[in-house]
Amino acid sequence: MDNTHIKLRTEGLHLRFGQKQVLKNITIDIEERKIIALIGPSGCGKTTLLRTFNRMHDLVDDVDITGKIWLEQTDIYSNQLPVTEIRRQIGMVFQKPNPFPKSIYENIAYGLKLKNTPKHEIHDIVEKSLRDSFLWDEVKDELKKPAHRLSGGQQQRLCIARTIAVKPSVILMDEPCSALDPISTSKVEDLILKLKDNYTIVMVTHNMQQAQRIADQVAFMYMGELIEMATNQEIFQEAKQELTRNYVSGHFG
Amino acid sequence: MKKILHIIQWCMLGGSTLLVCVFLILILYHFFSLGFPVINANFLFRFPIDGMTKGGIFPAILGTVLVTLVSTLFAIPFGIACAIYLNEYARNTLLTKIIRASIRNLAGIPSIIYGLFGLALFVQALQFGTSMLSAGLTLGLLSLPYIITTTEEALKRVPDSTREGSLAIGATQFETIKDFVVPQALPGIITGVVLTISRVAGETAPILFTGVAFYINGIPGSLRQEFMALPYHLYMLSTQHQSIEEVRPLAYGTATVLILIVFLLNLFAFYIRYRQTKNG
Repeated sequence: MDNTHIKLRTEGLHLRFGQKQVLKNITIDIEERKIIALIGPSGCGKTTLLRTFNRMHDLVDDVDITGKIWLEQTDIYSNQLPVTEIRRQIGMVFQKPNPFPKSIYENIAYGLKLKNTPKHEIHDIVEKSLRDSFLWDEVKDELKKPAHRLSGGQQQRLCIARTIAVKPSVILMDEPCSALDPISTSKVEDLILKLKDNYTIVMVTHNMQQAQRIADQVAFMYMGELIEMATNQEIFQEAKQELTRNYVSGHFG
Repeated sequence: MKKILHIIQWCMLGGSTLLVCVFLILILYHFFSLGFPVINANFLFRFPIDGMTKGGIFPAILGTVLVTLVSTLFAIPFGIACAIYLNEYARNTLLTKIIRASIRNLAGIPSIIYGLFGLALFVQALQFGTSMLSAGLTLGLLSLPYIITTTEEALKRVPDSTREGSLAIGATQFETIKDFVVPQALPGIITGVVLTISRVAGETAPILFTGVAFYINGIPGSLRQEFMALPYHLYMLSTQHQSIEEVRPLAYGTATVLILIVFLLNLFAFYIRYRQTKNG
């Protein structure tokens, strides 16, 4: 596979909540099977940008989105594909682990049942998803246990397992480790690095070290604009923009 | 000085609370002490005899239960569907603002107005006659705003992260609501419904013109028949009977049964709420 294959791209993306302009003219190319970290101070629009990719703003009142977002050849907002199908292809993991109030098994099986996966395949996919999220060995004997009994880190890995079970090609992560302790964080980070082999990962993070540890590309956003996007090393060592340099060196934000 | 003020404040707040409790206890004591001696199996399960001066109140109990059932069967689906629409689907537009304001105002309309409206709509226009059906539907109308409001509150308490988790793996909005939002809100919804039922069970005015009767010879067997009900029975025994003094104990017994039914319903609602908060 060509290394610079573009998986996800936006063109002149503007987003307003009512009168408030939140995203200004964002044009970004996201390469396949890479980890892209979105960084920037609170309120810069990074989470808002992340949520445009799987149309999570659809249910919000007063939201106005212009510009284009492409998933390969598909215009995400054109209704070429139903929104449910887009969300299956672009999965999302949230800031706070939000497992369903069901058993561990059902948490993963639910998404499969929604897309009418044949019954006999479900068990294998559940097992594979749990293995791929390094959770299988910890939970294989208690799949019937309610998911909320798991620890925070396990819950987050369960949410990742539930996301990859429906076979997306892109996974969006909104500060996936911010609610976790350091040990759980490092487990989830290992998992994210592993997932890169098969998925394109766009991750919002507040944690500069985390971005440095696992991202291939880093995009710095400020006040709704994309200031700079480059490789991890370029952003952290030799950023072109002064604003970026100030931010990554901890002068503000 | 500060300490005295503090004591005065405490006394005012504590005293007010105490006063309310005292009234509740007085009411309950008054009715229970006079009502309980009358209550026995005969009183609960027999028909009134000798021009209401003897016998039981079975048809009134049954009538109240059945008419409440009819009203709930009508109000629950509409009420919950309306709340789901308002909370989950409707955007915050002028139209939904008007709808919400209407529902709130509906809750403030005196129940006698519902009674007159029920008379005009169900009894006359729709030709249901004075019947269990007309009365049940009228009570249903009365309970709709309460069910809608409490259901909406219960739905609001379901965190958005629940909805997002489900939507993010490709569930439609309807699947999300059906599989996660409503089940999670269910204890709150049930609490609201039960409290509404307990309110409806004690209403007199809405059924006055629409179906309740002073005396029915036989068990209410059809929706098109008139029926007896506890609140109206109580009203009759207390004010309209030809020998009021003689039936006074029966009136107290009826009142006690009515209070107990409402009380049990409320207790049930509190139990559900308690279980919900315990399970977090």
